[in-house]
Amino acid sequence: MDLILKIWRQKNKEAKGELKTYEVKGVSPDSSFLEMLDVLNDDLVNKGDEPVAFDHDCREGICGMCSLYINGEAHGPDRAITTCQLHMRKFKDGDTIYIEPWRAAAFPVVKDLVVDRSAFDRIMAAGGFVSVNTSGNTQDANALPIPKDDADKAFDAATCIGCGACVASCKNASAMLFVSAKVSQLALLPQGRVEAERRAIHMVEQMDHEGFGNCTNTGACEVECPKGISLENIARLNREYLSAAIKAE
Amino acid sequence: MSTHEGMTSIVRKFLMALSGFFLLIFLLQHCAINFLSVISPDMFNSVSHFMGTNPLIQFAMQPILAFGVFFHIIMGVILNKMNDAARPIKYAMNKPAENSSWMSRNMVITGIMILLFLGLHFYDFWIPELNVKYIQGDMSGLLDPTFAESGLRYHEELVHKFHNPIRTSIYILAFVFLSLHLLHGFQSAFQSAGFRHSKYTPMIKKLGNLYGIIVPAGFVFIAIYHFING
Ligand code: SF4
Ligand code: FES
Repeated sequence: MDLILKIWRQKNKEAKGELKTYEVKGVSPDSSFLEMLDVLNDDLVNKGDEPVAFDHDCREGICGMCSLYINGEAHGPDRAITTCQLHMRKFKDGDTIYIEPWRAAAFPVVKDLVVDRSAFDRIMAAGGFVSVNTSGNTQDANALPIPKDDADKAFDAATCIGCGACVASCKNASAMLFVSAKVSQLALLPQGRVEAERRAIHMVEQMDHEGFGNCTNTGACEVECPKGISLENIARLNREYLSAAIKAE
Repeated sequence: MSTHEGMTSIVRKFLMALSGFFLLIFLLQHCAINFLSVISPDMFNSVSHFMGTNPLIQFAMQPILAFGVFFHIIMGVILNKMNDAARPIKYAMNKPAENSSWMSRNMVITGIMILLFLGLHFYDFWIPELNVKYIQGDMSGLLDPTFAESGLRYHEELVHKFHNPIRTSIYILAFVFLSLHLLHGFQSAFQSAGFRHSKYTPMIKKLGNLYGIIVPAGFVFIAIYHFING
């Protein structure tokens, strides 16, 4: 397939950046979207041009590094996938494809399509953990009986890979789906209850502090999330936070 | 309920939901009372007179309502401003319709349209009401305050307003925006308050759709009824 790409190019954080048009020819419909970009980059390097910078790592949908706002949607037109799992057969020969970085004040562009998602790391550091006794006689987690429903819900929430597609898709650039998944995966388990109140308060405060927007329940995040994280988690975060804030001194 | 950083985003959305709930209840009773004007002008008159002169409603409920409306608007504007700032550079190509409803994305637009309508609505009913009651000092509610047999004035005033086709059309258009606002707002308020359950949430969504259609449709019906029969 032959394609026309409109790609955001930006030298560095401070540079202005613009959409540039490229042509790629002979792309296999079986290749992944990132492989298609590899082909383009090979071309650019051969011509002595600067290749397009984009994030990627595992290329199998588990690390959350690949981002990209493709033709107006996070991770492109397919559902429940990351960009490395997007295949070129989703497009037609001759298509024009817009490729932009995640857009959010809290995710500044570093270069081209690469954004700085360390705001998520700082939110995690604010409370996304459990304190464990590491003195040598650590208790086996399985020793605590946990209702199957809770375990399943906690596990579902824990599948969040921190990709940021929720923020990118939300009209408010809100990070609520991410934060709610990270709060839920611990809040649902007895090990996570000890620090539950502090966690909810600190993570939400950090989220606001990073400059993410306010959730208005549009539900765009849930639809675009590659891991199908449910809005149910956001309702849980609202409950966790509100009850913690009422009790907080 | 604020923490050391002041009001957080979750508190803001919770308060938005709380004032929303309050307005939902207000709207329902407003629609029910207006409906009386179709069923029985006498009943409408006496209920209106009660609502307009009862001190509890006038001096306790009305200020709370005014505060609720005011708060909902101001908070909506603040949220919209903050959310705009959270994405300073927009996408060159964006397809929001792929993942969310028009109603959910345009609450500020439907909200502003309702606010503009409120201006007209106050000009039509509230300001004349204040004028008669508190400036002219006529608390009788009579068509002709010097003549006790003249009957109560409320139904007459209401019907009179809907003689005008332009006003009636503006009212109907406003109710369409109200419906769009409610279709997202109703179920969104429950989610913001943390109320979500696999058993009840589908019911709440259905109820929200019913409310968002039936209540505005009720207002539209009343407006058209008086336009035709007035
Ligand atoms: S909630 Fe979904 S979209 Fe958001 S960071 Fe986690 S996996 Fe990505
Ligand atoms: S590169 Fe790891 S999820 Fe796509």
